[in-house]
Amino acid sequence: MRKSISFTIILGVTLLYACGGNTSTAAATTENSNPSTYDPNRGEGKFTPENVTVGAALDVTMATTGEAIAGTKCTSCHKLTGEKLVGPGWKAVTERRKPEWIMNFITNPDPMIDKDPAVQAALELCLVRMPNQSLSDVDARNVLEFMRKNDGVK
Amino acid sequence: MNKSIGLISLSALALVLMLGSCKPKNTANAVSGDAASKVYVAPGKYDELYNFVSGGFSGQMSVYGLPSGRLLRVIPIFSVDPEKGWGYSEETKPMLNTSHGFVPWDDLHHVQLSKTNGEQDGRWVFGNANNTPRVARIDLKTFRTAEIIELPNSAGNHSSPFITENTEYVVAGTRFSVPPDDANGDVAISSYKKNFKGTLSFISVGKEDGKMDIAFQIQCPGVNFDLSRAGKGKSHGWFFFSCYNTEQANTLLEVNASQKDKDFVMAVNWKKAEEYIKAGKGKKQAVRYAHNTYSDITHTATSEIKTEVTVLDSKEFADICYFIPCPKSPHGCDVDPTGEYIVGSGKLAALIPVFSFDKIQKAIADKAYDGDYQGIPVIKYEAALYGEVKKPGLGPLHTEFDAKGNAYTSMFVSSEIVKWSIKDLKVLDRVPTYYSVGHLCVPGGDTKTPYGKYLIAYNKITKDRYLPTGPELAQSAQLYDISGDKMQMILDFPTIGEPHYAQAAPADLIRNNGQLKIFKIEDNKHPYVTKGEADSKVVREGNKVHIYMTSIRSHFSPDNIEGVKMGDEVYFHITNLEQDWDVPHGFAVKGASNAELLIMPGETSTLKWTPDKVGMFPIYCTDFCSALHQEMQGYVRVSPAGSTVPLTFSLNKAVPEDK
Repeated sequence: MRKSISFTIILGVTLLYACGGNTSTAAATTENSNPSTYDPNRGEGKFTPENVTVGAALDVTMATTGEAIAGTKCTSCHKLTGEKLVGPGWKAVTERRKPEWIMNFITNPDPMIDKDPAVQAALELCLVRMPNQSLSDVDARNVLEFMRKNDGVK
Repeated sequence: MNKSIGLISLSALALVLMLGSCKPKNTANAVSGDAASKVYVAPGKYDELYNFVSGGFSGQMSVYGLPSGRLLRVIPIFSVDPEKGWGYSEETKPMLNTSHGFVPWDDLHHVQLSKTNGEQDGRWVFGNANNTPRVARIDLKTFRTAEIIELPNSAGNHSSPFITENTEYVVAGTRFSVPPDDANGDVAISSYKKNFKGTLSFISVGKEDGKMDIAFQIQCPGVNFDLSRAGKGKSHGWFFFSCYNTEQANTLLEVNASQKDKDFVMAVNWKKAEEYIKAGKGKKQAVRYAHNTYSDITHTATSEIKTEVTVLDSKEFADICYFIPCPKSPHGCDVDPTGEYIVGSGKLAALIPVFSFDKIQKAIADKAYDGDYQGIPVIKYEAALYGEVKKPGLGPLHTEFDAKGNAYTSMFVSSEIVKWSIKDLKVLDRVPTYYSVGHLCVPGGDTKTPYGKYLIAYNKITKDRYLPTGPELAQSAQLYDISGDKMQMILDFPTIGEPHYAQAAPADLIRNNGQLKIFKIEDNKHPYVTKGEADSKVVREGNKVHIYMTSIRSHFSPDNIEGVKMGDEVYFHITNLEQDWDVPHGFAVKGASNAELLIMPGETSTLKWTPDKVGMFPIYCTDFCSALHQEMQGYVRVSPAGSTVPLTFSLNKAVPEDK
């Protein structure tokens, strides 16, 4: 009789403890995937419509620099056409995506892969998470300009 | 019914436990109930300390987390490591070059973390090669070997790589005395006393870049130099070396080098030696030794053979070297945090002598000498002695210190650690080790401000401590909590190779030192770098075929190569284009007689391959890199010598199928 009581108590404590652990995990998960804080137009990162400005005309110097950076860090996996290689082709990306979204995705891919519904859909097709290629903010802006050039901005 | 069976088995268990506790030195009586909580580091949490452990005859250094005892990394240093391509890639082969040519193995005994003002600074860790005498410097931003320097006039570099309080010098005292390198070594072994010399090397270390250079050597009588420690604080400027075989035996040292009641600790005034060198008093000696450095910019090592050292002859300068008698066959020679006390550990002595730096200085001023040993003054034992720890145990080897004025000495023969008070030389506590402890480590235990808290024993014998694995058993370390008055054993953990000395440092000191996560591809100056797939190519130069290849998740460029012929030497120069932490790519080619490459993000590595037969040779990535890792592969076609197959290379090129 006494044995079964103590067993019950131990079991109870164990269960309580286990529940505590589960609760905190659940809370963390909820926080991470809270849809109200993720903006699929802007993405997640330091760039906003306010701090990324894109001119009507192409900045040729920036685009040329961006092309060289892309050659080292991007085009192993992205074609300049619409064809998928490892990742999606770049054609028309600047029409599909806001400039700040592109900049955020280049410089902060991991959280966006976890949260952005469109990126998650692309991951199901590509199966390779886009790596963080350690582009500086300036590098990313130059690559964006090259993408604009690729999309016909003059 | 069930319950009573349970009761019976419980009683049986208790009985077994009780029986077990009757056996002396059993695990059960050495570990108390809260040990597990003291060493448990939850999944995803970091350890409190890094522990850098010598790998002994593995030639490498291992890095453990403490208090968990989890193995974090094995740093290849003096032995080839096919897993990491160390000594197999064209870039790393020069690191193992010596005056004897390429040496693929060594025996690493001691480690030293770099210091500033007598405290750990988290920049580098040094290791010694015992067999072919060398000292290595490991960069703690990359956990890779950055530099290896060979030591002329030396053999059995055991008394090494101990450092001064600002890492001004790393020392290397020769264990084997040998004829100097510029003398004819083809002499009778029985001419030991006449022809053999002991050499101490002082290797300067660049303040900013850590670059090593043999600043000078001191030629000493032909004895065996065993271990050493730099002075600190008041004794900064001095070095202390233990010496055995002052009998100068050259055979059956076990007996013949154990004749005298006392050997020596040698005190060396290196500041004074430095002055003599600056004044041009050193003699230039023709020697040959290799100096190898690795560049994180070219990702390539270079080996230079140097041809000269500057040597001071100890007996020509009256005020550099002094012998202090030390009972008996001293091994450890350790300096306490204040720099005042020098602890000698005579392997065969039944006491531990503690010398006083102040008394040594006074003895020198008063010329309180007992004559000389081969031209070097011998200070009177009592004139240097602070006191003796009586009956500490059997076979004292090494001593480390905490911040509370306590010393901890390992006892090899009696398999225990003895804690004693430096001030009154009284034994305070003793705990068993399992078994035959050699070195021990208190985090920061050789600095001015020991971190304390833990003590790690590195044991020579494990016998019944782990599941048996045939004739060769796990090597092991044991962790003790020393925060209280009584030492408490809290963990066993196995180690690689054979652990000798080790050091430990607070994790934050190293993980916040600017740890490198990737090599920036922009900064890569490797002569065969490929910065982007557009530049990947294959170039023939006579019978040498250079393949400029890139890797990124998850393909190589190019991945189809044809036109390689028998008789060609093929060089795969692989650049990892990834710029993200923790994404190395591997590379292997079927039949290669060396190893794989393991290429870090932004790095270029080269595998040389001489095809041995005609046919199709697959290549693939060996480090699981993505969901499509298994697709990361390619082919190299090898044709007969004189074949007309043109040299071509491609990636994803639509070519009409050749029927």
